[in-house]
Amino acid sequence: MSDLDTAFSALSDPTRRAILGRLALGEQTVMELAQPFDMSQPAISKHLQVLERAGLIARRVEGAKRPCRLAKGGVEAIDQWLAMLRKALASNYDRLDAVLADMKPARGRRKR
Amino acid sequence: MSKLTLETEGEKYVVVTRRFAAPPEAVYRAHTDAKLVQQWMLGPEGWSMPVCICEAKPKGKIRYEWANGKGRGFYLTGEFIELEPHRRIVHVERMHLPDATPDNHIETRFEPDGNGTLMTMRMTLPDLETRTGMLSSGMEQGMETSYVRLERMI
Repeated sequence: MSDLDTAFSALSDPTRRAILGRLALGEQTVMELAQPFDMSQPAISKHLQVLERAGLIARRVEGAKRPCRLAKGGVEAIDQWLAMLRKALASNYDRLDAVLADMKPARGRRKR
Repeated sequence: MSKLTLETEGEKYVVVTRRFAAPPEAVYRAHTDAKLVQQWMLGPEGWSMPVCICEAKPKGKIRYEWANGKGRGFYLTGEFIELEPHRRIVHVERMHLPDATPDNHIETRFEPDGNGTLMTMRMTLPDLETRTGMLSSGMEQGMETSYVRLERMI
């Protein structure tokens, strides 16, 4: 599998996407990450392995803990989600510009 | 000309701003008159909105249905909470894909800005996980498109 395929399949899971969202706020331990997901630590650890292999997160050793943070690939993935939503909204509002331009003559006629 | 901004704020918020070359009265009307909403709130190219219910009054119903003419579709439901004509709309909405997504609480403000309007839309999601889900919801479709393109290349 290419790097792109590995990243795509890592991101196809909603829990893994949610983990990235949480790490966007800062570094977290497995225990902290497991809390909001109602999942066991081993289950979360498995998801973290997939994300790490895909280059989306990085981990460091701090005593017995291995805190996780976003890697370059993870930051790029989140930037891409924002860009996609921005694009979808932008095309809606470009259409709204045209609708507003069409409304103007009607408003003018009603005014004294 | 990039007039749109979209930023996340804290754990639960998404803030969108956009300027329009029309007065707040017109922009407000384009958000509350079903016949006008139907013309622009369409999403990706090739989609239309065959059903548009937009009862612009407190507790009024919202229902938007989209179709791509190829048998695919999805819809959104919601309710208006507060309306201050030409200034502010507060409503709640959820997508049905077909399961309902958690409620997105949205406050939209229209402020005079020179000859035009500055619109600020503040979305509040129940939690960070829901917000991430919403932000990444376009991803799967994007992935599908890239795979189709890839298949054509091979």
